Amino acid sequence: MKILSRLYIALIILFLYAPVAVMILFSFNSSVSVWRFSGFSTRWYSGLAYNTTMLNALEHTLVIALLSALLSTVLGTAAAVGIEAIRKKITKKLVMSVTQVPMMNADIVTGISLMLLFIFIGKLIGLDESLGFFTVLIAHITFNLPYVILSVIPKLRQTDAHLAEAALDLGCTPLKAFFKVILPSISTGIVTGLIMAFTLSLDDFVISYFTCGHYQTLPIIIYNMTKKSVKPDTYALSTLIFITVFVLLILYNVLQTKSEKKRAAAVFKART
Amino acid sequence: MNKKSFGSRLIAAPYLVWSALFIVIPLLIMFYFALTDQNGVFTLSNLSAIGQYKKAFLISILYAVIATAITLLLAYPMAYCMTKSGISTQRMLFMIVMIPMWMNFLIRTYSWITILANTGLINTFLTKIGLKPLRLINTPGAVILGMVYDFIPYMILPIYSVMSKLDKSLLEAAEDLGSDSFTKFKKVILPLTRPGIISGITMVFVPSVSTFYISQKLGGNKTMLIGDAIEFLFNSGPAYYNIASALSLLLMIMILICLFVMNHFSDEDGGVLM
Repeated sequence: MKILSRLYIALIILFLYAPVAVMILFSFNSSVSVWRFSGFSTRWYSGLAYNTTMLNALEHTLVIALLSALLSTVLGTAAAVGIEAIRKKITKKLVMSVTQVPMMNADIVTGISLMLLFIFIGKLIGLDESLGFFTVLIAHITFNLPYVILSVIPKLRQTDAHLAEAALDLGCTPLKAFFKVILPSISTGIVTGLIMAFTLSLDDFVISYFTCGHYQTLPIIIYNMTKKSVKPDTYALSTLIFITVFVLLILYNVLQTKSEKKRAAAVFKART
Repeated sequence: MNKKSFGSRLIAAPYLVWSALFIVIPLLIMFYFALTDQNGVFTLSNLSAIGQYKKAFLISILYAVIATAITLLLAYPMAYCMTKSGISTQRMLFMIVMIPMWMNFLIRTYSWITILANTGLINTFLTKIGLKPLRLINTPGAVILGMVYDFIPYMILPIYSVMSKLDKSLLEAAEDLGSDSFTKFKKVILPLTRPGIISGITMVFVPSVSTFYISQKLGGNKTMLIGDAIEFLFNSGPAYYNIASALSLLLMIMILICLFVMNHFSDEDGGVLM
């Protein structure tokens, strides 16, 4: 049974990583083909440093991901606190339903509806080119928000409401009570939301495709390349991104395990 | 007290404005486009023109249903096997499943061409060992494979997280009461993991039914899905925005119906558990 289960896990991992392996292999191809492997070379990696289109797109992606993650975290955390304070059940339900729309809806519908809005507004104020940096940023914040809100709300519910009241009774201003009492207890939810928002934004293709105009992010550039022909340099960049993510996650995992061990040791010491 | 709650409700105000502006109004504009012609005059012609895309709709639904079913069949045992591993292995496996989600799915889909193409890795291997090459790329099978591949982490992870929190004593109780492993699965494990299955199904079905990239790359433009039709129309210029909006509207309504049905199932489940 154990062998069978290990074999199954191995097969699924093989399925998940076969295309990744192909990508890494062909990023080292000495010829321009992503079909036939003709020899080992790192020329596509060194060529990346001069590929301004790709580097620009990478910069756009990172700028949008950072800004949209930060802004949606601030806006979403405030929203979560506010929504939780709504007393009327119907209003609360309505707000939550609207909040879930971008999460549940198909990306293509979200992207198109936003594009129509931006074009409409652009026409109203007489712009030639209504799509660009701000529209893609707005779009990303919009689809990030529900994830932030939904990761903060459960933490808010776990927080003891009396703690904030106690802080108020002891002379805190509401603002101070929020920062001193509520914020620390919901911080894990906020961080989860921030990370989720960042990665969602980093990876988004469909919504950016309809809202970015000339402010092209990396997935858009990659899409345009796959329309013509992909060269190993796209694979090289993707490999670099893959390795970065991989190392960061391993590091995170190791650090987490370490801190857990420390905590366990502390508990053990406290007991003895 | 009242003052305080008023104040905390007020900090949701920026978000409420935001969601009205960028969630509700865009959908209303789409609705408006779907029901008007190019000059803004009310018409139902866009909706009646949808008939031409009946085939695309049906194929999209068919492919998405098949892909979702295969994904579930592959993912459920995977989640189960994961929970049988040690704690640190489980965490590692969780990450291994998650990492591909952080890579660009366009590139991952594109690499399948290298594997499936007529002179690709699989066929090169087949001819080397003396077998006839297979036609793999540009087939419905390739499109469905692409959907399964791209979205399987969204099925594994929710099922796994529900399954790993499963109360082991319930399983022991079932065994003590004389359940064989099939009954145990049917009566205990399956009902308790249903929330994970439901969210997995919606997270795979919605992107599958609305995709336009996978079909273009792996289906070779031969199979037109509804996402392809919408993308094509929007790229054909403002004259086609109305009909494209009508198609998007229909897609959205279809997805809403699916979600509603799904929610109904999970509510029922909750009711039974209570």
